[in-house]
Amino acid sequence: MTLTAPAQGRSRRRPRVATTLTYLSLVVASLVVLLPLAVVFLTSLKSYGEIQDGQGALALPDDWSNFANYATAFNDGHLLTAFGNTAFILLFSITGTVVIGSMTAYAIDRFDFRFKKLIMALFLIATLVPGVTTQVATFQVVNSFGLFDTRWAPILLYMGTDIVSIYIFLQFIRGIPTSLDEAARLDGANAFTIYRKIIFPLLKPAIATVVIIKGITTYNDFYIPFLYMPSEELGTMSTALFRFKGPFGAHWENISAGAVMVIVPTLVVFLFLQRYIYNGFAQGATK
Amino acid sequence: MTRTVSTASPPAPVAKRDRPSGRRSRHRGPGRGTWRQQPLRRLTPWLFLLAPLALLVTFTYVPVGNMLYYSFTDWDGVSPERNFIGADNYTEVFTRPEMFRVFTVSFYYLAASVVQIVIALYFATVLSFDLRFRNLFKGILFFPYLINGVAIGFVFLYFFQDGGTLDSVLSWFGADTDHAWLGSPESANTSLAGVSVWRFTGLNFVLFLGAIQSIPGELYEAAQLDGASRWKQFKHIIAPSIRPVLSLSVILAISGSLSVFEIPYIMTDGATGTSTFVIQTVKFAFQFNKTGLASACAVVLLAIILLITWIQRRLVPDEKVDLV
Repeated sequence: MTLTAPAQGRSRRRPRVATTLTYLSLVVASLVVLLPLAVVFLTSLKSYGEIQDGQGALALPDDWSNFANYATAFNDGHLLTAFGNTAFILLFSITGTVVIGSMTAYAIDRFDFRFKKLIMALFLIATLVPGVTTQVATFQVVNSFGLFDTRWAPILLYMGTDIVSIYIFLQFIRGIPTSLDEAARLDGANAFTIYRKIIFPLLKPAIATVVIIKGITTYNDFYIPFLYMPSEELGTMSTALFRFKGPFGAHWENISAGAVMVIVPTLVVFLFLQRYIYNGFAQGATK
Repeated sequence: MTRTVSTASPPAPVAKRDRPSGRRSRHRGPGRGTWRQQPLRRLTPWLFLLAPLALLVTFTYVPVGNMLYYSFTDWDGVSPERNFIGADNYTEVFTRPEMFRVFTVSFYYLAASVVQIVIALYFATVLSFDLRFRNLFKGILFFPYLINGVAIGFVFLYFFQDGGTLDSVLSWFGADTDHAWLGSPESANTSLAGVSVWRFTGLNFVLFLGAIQSIPGELYEAAQLDGASRWKQFKHIIAPSIRPVLSLSVILAISGSLSVFEIPYIMTDGATGTSTFVIQTVKFAFQFNKTGLASACAVVLLAIILLITWIQRRLVPDEKVDLV
């Protein structure tokens, strides 16, 4: 924390060199991260001619307010539909995850019942099963419900296979004193009322975490919508952007505009909710 | 039966979790009044667990069970007919030449994860000290992890394109720009593994940073008073305290490099020798209708991942990863 203290007596120059190198490495890393993104942004503002004229990818666009590519990408890439579908899926799967996760955590933490250990083990082992591997068989299950190529397939899958949120809720619910439950019970509240009126409202911070990380991972997911919703009118942001590959061919200006439009919402969310996002993802990955 | 349960259970849960006396004991203690509510009381947790368990079983355990079953059949995923063919699918998984190639591809990603962990560790250490623009750097380094995978795919397709970003940058430094980055298997896999480093370093970095920042500041101060260099501080203070997160990252890295899918699928569709195990499995299942063989692949992958996790649990027992 106080780095100036030890530098006083001895070698004052060494730390300064080290500090410069540290900043240099940070700047280089930032450039490595930002350059590919910046170039795509530049490309999205260029015309087809500008890209073809061989000035290289780093050349600046002639007209900084050329948003024609965005219009093309938005309309021909069906991004409005995609946005609608993504919003629909997000709304239902997040609501479902929050309700299911908090109910599970409540039942596991606040009750003693037979087979509790077994149930906990079932949830625990499920975290180890990587979703990508089981899709071969999950596909058949979803198909047998007649949900293939509907928006309910991803919604159910996101809801039913999210064990990380259960852990986040479980961890948080332990910190809520049981005396609150007991007081309510003495007032005649039943278990459901306690869950709805006391536990659920107190879980707000955990709910915020789950909503944010679930929202971002769902928005970014490609595999599940790609597998379960092949119809073009059921595209999500990921799959709609993926379909740019064919019709836009080598039209990098349109593809770039599409990519920028997919990235910007994430950027905005990140800028506003930074702290929650760091904590949320750290929690999500370690549980 | 109820009697034995009610006399035996109250002390146990209280003892097991250190919570100020379970509400059950208080409820039951006084006597028979609450006795009548028992069946309902015992049903309550199950009512809450009904939907979650149904989903868990339907979308995790039934698929895993079915997958095991399919892996011993020659089912094509559509026809009502399926024949039991023993372990033939498994023999095929281990003898098909393309499966061997696919496993070698995961070594590129494994190497990439090592690079990724080292870079993340370096920046987490550096940024745990007070620096200017610390939050800005933190944000920049983490942001790629949040970006949509398809968008990343396109960003880097353009990056590696002929005359694209990478070639342009290299030409500044006078390097020749005639290399087709995604043209040969080695170069393509290296490039794709590089994209994976770009994308996932941020997560490791934030995990490490969280662990480092949970170290009490006095430790550093004490070390500085004793004249410890930064390297010594890293070795004796930081390294031990991030061991749990580090071992977790290694597990995530290994299972992650075995189940790579998005980036190579989006960018090259598995062409020029960039196919991975999961891409191959998906192609068997959904392009060639070999559900049996694909299931066998998936079972093998699942078994490997469970094995790795088990080994990690044995090697690093009971280390709790507690962040935030």
